[in-house]
Amino acid sequence: MTKIQTLPPAAEGQSSKTSKSPRRRESPGNLAFSRNARIKGLIKHAILILVGGIMIYPLLWMVVSSLRPNDLIFREPGLWLNNLEMSNYTDGWSALTHPFGHYMINSAIVVLGSIVGNLISCSMAAYAFARLQFSGKKLFFGIMLLTIMLPFHVVIVPQYILFSQIGWVNTFWPLIVPKLLATDAFFVFLMVQFIRGIPKELDEAARIDGAGHPRIFLRVILPLMVPALATTTIFTFIWTWNDFFGALIYLTDPDMFTVPVALRAFVDSQSATSWGSLFAMSIVSLFPVFLVFLFGQRFLIKGIATTGIK
Amino acid sequence: MSAIGELSTMTRRKGPMTKEEKKANGRDNKAAYVFLLPWLIGLVVITVGPMLMSLYLSFTDYNLLQPPQWVGIDNFVRMFGDARLHNSLRVTFTYVLVGVPLQLAVALVIALVLDKGLRGLPFYRSIFYLPSLLGGSVAVAILWKQIFGTTGLVNQVLAMIGIQGPGWISDPNTALGSIILLHVWTFGSPMIIFLAGLRQIPNMYYEAAEVDGATTLQKFWRITLPMLSPIIFFNLVLQIIGSFQSFTQAFIVSGGNGGPSDSTMFFTLYLYQKGFGQFDMGYASAMAWFLLVIIGAFTAINFIASKYWVFYDD
Repeated sequence: MTKIQTLPPAAEGQSSKTSKSPRRRESPGNLAFSRNARIKGLIKHAILILVGGIMIYPLLWMVVSSLRPNDLIFREPGLWLNNLEMSNYTDGWSALTHPFGHYMINSAIVVLGSIVGNLISCSMAAYAFARLQFSGKKLFFGIMLLTIMLPFHVVIVPQYILFSQIGWVNTFWPLIVPKLLATDAFFVFLMVQFIRGIPKELDEAARIDGAGHPRIFLRVILPLMVPALATTTIFTFIWTWNDFFGALIYLTDPDMFTVPVALRAFVDSQSATSWGSLFAMSIVSLFPVFLVFLFGQRFLIKGIATTGIK
Repeated sequence: MSAIGELSTMTRRKGPMTKEEKKANGRDNKAAYVFLLPWLIGLVVITVGPMLMSLYLSFTDYNLLQPPQWVGIDNFVRMFGDARLHNSLRVTFTYVLVGVPLQLAVALVIALVLDKGLRGLPFYRSIFYLPSLLGGSVAVAILWKQIFGTTGLVNQVLAMIGIQGPGWISDPNTALGSIILLHVWTFGSPMIIFLAGLRQIPNMYYEAAEVDGATTLQKFWRITLPMLSPIIFFNLVLQIIGSFQSFTQAFIVSGGNGGPSDSTMFFTLYLYQKGFGQFDMGYASAMAWFLLVIIGAFTAINFIASKYWVFYDD
């Protein structure tokens, strides 16, 4: 008995000294300890399931409610469904001037333009900051970091004046052109960080083979920074798809509405009785983001963890 | 390293250029500026130009139709006596000063629970992270409007246990609280940053503390918190900057008017109304610069205060 009691701590001490894993393992010999750990684990799981459940419940309830007759939304907090009511979706789809698909296509155009813009312009700037020596580099790099934190509202009024004077209000240009000019400095920073991690020897080898900067950038760096490009694509997708403020200001013609402003018009035009179709279109609008989340989660989490952003 | 970390090291290290840097200088100038061209144009045309322009406009009266008229500091004097603006400041400050600490506290607690190789971690992480991706959308704001409405989900649940809840978003006392809750709901992204930070704390510190007989709480106060303080600081700075600019949720939940009785009239919402509702562009520009000064001041205070509580390992 005494032997068993004295052995485990020693074994435990040794295992923690030798193991390099950041996670401590419970020693199998110490019954009291492992029981304790198991209870602790159960409590943790209980907390997480409770908190997670409360967090996700409204979303699940919205999905279920969108498949219910309208009057149930006001008196049915549960999640069970008797029968699927698809009329909310068909009603909602054609509730506005255009079918909802029209706004989805508008959003898709803006998103696509923004993604292409960010990928090209930000990767070019990032290559310069990460690999090239030039006068004013430190100053520009500092300015670039500062613009990440610049509130959008400080520039919005003159930007609006500028774009309205060249006749771009109610076009997608004010939403896309800034991305072509690398104004999403956050992504420049993300890519700079990534390029710094690519061994310089690869550039040197290409240079010895007679490659210039455009060639090194296109043939060596770009193929190696695909993960950073993926992260940029995914974040640009989600942020642009959800962008409300920019669309609200620049797109006032229902023809040009993107999904967020179309939804807003929907909220305003409907009396409180049509929550069902409002929910249905909300879910339609969230669906692409959800898909991206499902398949791009790895890049999202890595992107956030390494650069720390919203 | 984060953008903020990089900025602060840049300001700290101001020595003369090394020989290598001098030699390399100028070598790639032409190529570099070609690569930087889109960014440089953007900087001038989309960022710095409009910034200076809005600074100029803040001293003018301008409605888009007639040319701007110089009015000196009139707009700022007007701001001084504008009760609705003062109210919008109060609303925004409440939102930031309550919402941000609350959100970060939840994020930290959940990250601590999730740490230490819990089974099912990727699953939980996804569940907690999802709301922060959706939280900025109009769709979720619509959902919030329903949930916290008079006959919304919250009151339906409360009715089941016999409580008659108020109309959360139609009551000036609780409307802002509902929007703060929406902000707290999006704790997923700071949580992921915390998780990444927790991973980097060397395990040997905990082992040494255990040898000395430290309790869980002691380990948290003496090891986890100091080691995590740069990450907390980083999250704090970013969340404060972001929260000051919050717009969509208040706009949708209040139907665009910041109601009821201006209780959700965020500063940005008021700015939008002045600029794009009444086309009072001069006043809106003055407000925008005021916002920039406020955010700058908060960030500066944050950086100064960080000297007393943020602990750098190196």
